[in-house]
Amino acid sequence: MAEIKCVDLCKTYLQGDAEVRALDHVTLDIEPASFICLSGPSGSGKTTLLNAIGGLDELDSGAISIDGERVDRLDGGALADLRLRHIGFVFQSYNLIPVLSARENVEFVMQVQGLPARERSQKARDILREVGLEGMEDRRPAQLSGGQQQRVAVARAIVSQPKLVLADEPTANLDSTSADQLMRLFRDLNDTHGVTFMIATHDERVMRYAKRLIRMQDGKVIGDDLQRPIDR
Amino acid sequence: MSGSLPIGALGRLAWRNLWRNYRRTLVMLLAIAVGVWAMIFMTALMRGMVDQMIEDGIAALPGYVQVHHPSYRDDPSIANRIPEPDAAFSAALDTPDVMAWTARVRVPAMVSSERDSRGVTLLGVDPAGEIALGFDTEDIVAGRWLDGPDDSGLVVGRKLLERLETDLGKRVVLMSQDPNNDIADRGFRVVGVYRASLPVLEETFVYAGKTRVQTMLGITAQVSEIAVSGRDYRNVDGLVAAVSAAADSEAEVVPWMELDSYLDSMLRVMDGFVLVWMVVVFVALSFGLVNTLMMAVFERIREFGLMQALGMKPRAIMFQVLLESLMLLTLGLLIGNILAVASVLPLSGGMDLGVVAEGMEMMGAAAVLYPALKTGDVLLANAVVIILGIVTSLLPAWRASRYRPVEAIAKT
Repeated sequence: MAEIKCVDLCKTYLQGDAEVRALDHVTLDIEPASFICLSGPSGSGKTTLLNAIGGLDELDSGAISIDGERVDRLDGGALADLRLRHIGFVFQSYNLIPVLSARENVEFVMQVQGLPARERSQKARDILREVGLEGMEDRRPAQLSGGQQQRVAVARAIVSQPKLVLADEPTANLDSTSADQLMRLFRDLNDTHGVTFMIATHDERVMRYAKRLIRMQDGKVIGDDLQRPIDR
Repeated sequence: MSGSLPIGALGRLAWRNLWRNYRRTLVMLLAIAVGVWAMIFMTALMRGMVDQMIEDGIAALPGYVQVHHPSYRDDPSIANRIPEPDAAFSAALDTPDVMAWTARVRVPAMVSSERDSRGVTLLGVDPAGEIALGFDTEDIVAGRWLDGPDDSGLVVGRKLLERLETDLGKRVVLMSQDPNNDIADRGFRVVGVYRASLPVLEETFVYAGKTRVQTMLGITAQVSEIAVSGRDYRNVDGLVAAVSAAADSEAEVVPWMELDSYLDSMLRVMDGFVLVWMVVVFVALSFGLVNTLMMAVFERIREFGLMQALGMKPRAIMFQVLLESLMLLTLGLLIGNILAVASVLPLSGGMDLGVVAEGMEMMGAAAVLYPALKTGDVLLANAVVIILGIVTSLLPAWRASRYRPVEAIAKT
């Protein structure tokens, strides 16, 4: 379980000559085992917030801590270690390693973590079955559809049961049935293992699964509501 | 695994990425293989040429080590002579380092036929000892080799025979100085004609029986030099020590490198030249290698960002690119080594360079070249390629590890 504190986060990008405020004094407290959806129009700062929490992007100012550890003060190696141990990412586009099969992509993080081959192979097969890719373990990304690739990416993010999963538009390339299956899987992990989920999405169907819905616009939090999620 | 590198994962990624663009990889492999082949093959040819020049030079001396009177090298006349070796000397040289030895009278002389005269070096030899030392009787192209130290005949070189406008069976007169600086001369019948790898040798040396020459010069049981041959001309320290222990304490024991400093400097220059040649070939190769790796890195910026996002440390990404380079270099080396051995072995019987024989002769080399494939040179070529290859790959590898994950992932 991950407790996340974001204090006064600011991040500005230069787009041509224009300054874009991606995060504008964002402050958030995220309790352990949260299931949060970040919603808002494109450019509202959802992805920037996820990247900042995951240590992929540097802030102009502000502080982020995960379970009391200041993420914004860690160097590249320590951040990589934090992501390896505690954070799973699902990116907007599938971001699989093209020279590895579906199973090898899922195994990759566990291999870097140093898990024994047999254990990681079994875990990879189990999770791929769970996301509906049984029988496709040995296919390379180019041999999978967009939805199937996204499910491999999801399997990779959750297979080692991280404390926190940061997902950016995870259902963008899925049909409604696959999207529902995926959200149920996320919720199951959240309910049974206390994995914290932060999901950036435009998709109303996804938002229905959230226990907390944070709305963003122009880099600011404009709404932060607890809600009763639909039954998984 | 926070401290150690995931070698298995990196190795698999490196190997598969290598074949991702297999045409590019094959072209680079071919370039490395041809470069390595050129390094080893050309070095074998050059080594062969220099080896032969040195061996010919030593054969002309001959011997790896010689014992002289201390003043002989300044004045190689019969005045500066040493006692003929005794049984104790012979027993002392009965060691594995010594392959053969012989004593000879060696003086400057003038040889005259009825038509012409030439300055030569007269060698009064024990014919059996010369054969043990390396004289090949197969090189006698007409007549015969000397029968013994008492043989009254003379063996001359092919070229000298032409110059003197004489022939086998005819008499010539040899003239030199005795220890009292008086003229010593004697008629000899030409009984044999020899060939040498270099025409200059055929014009310089004439062979006669040792006892006959000693008689002509008026000396008894004395010689100009004792020549000793060993097993490795590059390493004669043990031989020098053994001969020094056996020889008269007042005699001078000199290795071939001092007797012919030109040959020695040629050997040293060759060692340096081999390294320079290999580095030059590699520098040409390195442009292709860096270009290939840079392209491979630029094509995969997004993947490097993804790997960092998944928890791979920058140094692991750097290591992966270096591993790719190492695999490429190792494969190229393997092919290059096989090509080099496969092209040198069929030439072990010698390469006939008859068409450039005159040029080779000017360089002091023979017209038949025997490539010399030396383990040290092959190892040096492999080490140059691996070490400089890895050094050259550091830039693309470092570049790959420096991308910021968020920017790298956003690359399309």
